[in-house]
Amino acid sequence: MTPPLEWYLIFSAALFTIGLVGVLVRRHVLIIFMSVELMLNACNVALVAFGRHLDTLTGQNFVVFVITVAAAEAAVGLGIILSLAHHKDTVDVGEMDILKQ
Amino acid sequence: MLPLTLFFLLFAAVALFGAVMVLVSRNPVHSVLFMLLTFANVAGMFLLLNAEFIAAVQLLVYSGAILVLFLFVVMLLQRGERPLPALTQPLQAPVAIFVGLALLSELALVVLTSNVGGGTRGADTPEAIARAGGNIQALGSQLYTTWLLPFEIASVLLLVAAVGAIYLAKEDI
Repeated sequence: MTPPLEWYLIFSAALFTIGLVGVLVRRHVLIIFMSVELMLNACNVALVAFGRHLDTLTGQNFVVFVITVAAAEAAVGLGIILSLAHHKDTVDVGEMDILKQ
Repeated sequence: MLPLTLFFLLFAAVALFGAVMVLVSRNPVHSVLFMLLTFANVAGMFLLLNAEFIAAVQLLVYSGAILVLFLFVVMLLQRGERPLPALTQPLQAPVAIFVGLALLSELALVVLTSNVGGGTRGADTPEAIARAGGNIQALGSQLYTTWLLPFEIASVLLLVAAVGAIYLAKEDI
């Protein structure tokens, strides 16, 4: 006997909420980026749990693509963060306002 | 108490603890290490869900590759005593926590009151997956037949991302 679907969904919702609060509350650009990764991971848990419950592998196939996109996003996003931090000499998102000037 | 339920509670508790510690850690290196804890426990949860391939990819790609990338960037950003930004602004934390609690209660309400488990069952029952030779064989044969076009697009996306990352890493941009 395994835990029911609802437990996995509640866990996924909790992880997603923590990621959301992280994006809203922190000022360090890297922590905000990591919170986005947390939210992606929460969605992966929900996809796999639904796929198991409904006897289909489509959820797991989807997770493979989500992880691919997350890897691409991390590579490009960290490159942008790095050059932005060198350009502005700060990691505070409040001071990264080039587009507003 | 059933062992699988115990394992679920253990993985969930440690993963959520790690996720909270990512947010409250002052030092970004500690945040990355707590993130590693969370990802490893989510991988354990994938094992509980009979998704062995996803669990392995989670450990290899997320914990192995992406978090090492994050650690490198933390190292590069902290060179030359650049001051860490304030943890949060005065009004920011209460508002964010209120929004988070609202979202969490909404999601919990939807999960607990609606018929989330309903829907048509697919053909990939545990018996069918065992007949295909296991989770990885079943997943692989679907990935290379049904999902072949998205798979190829994903590989092109990775190529574009690699070229873009190299371009962004150039000094004179």
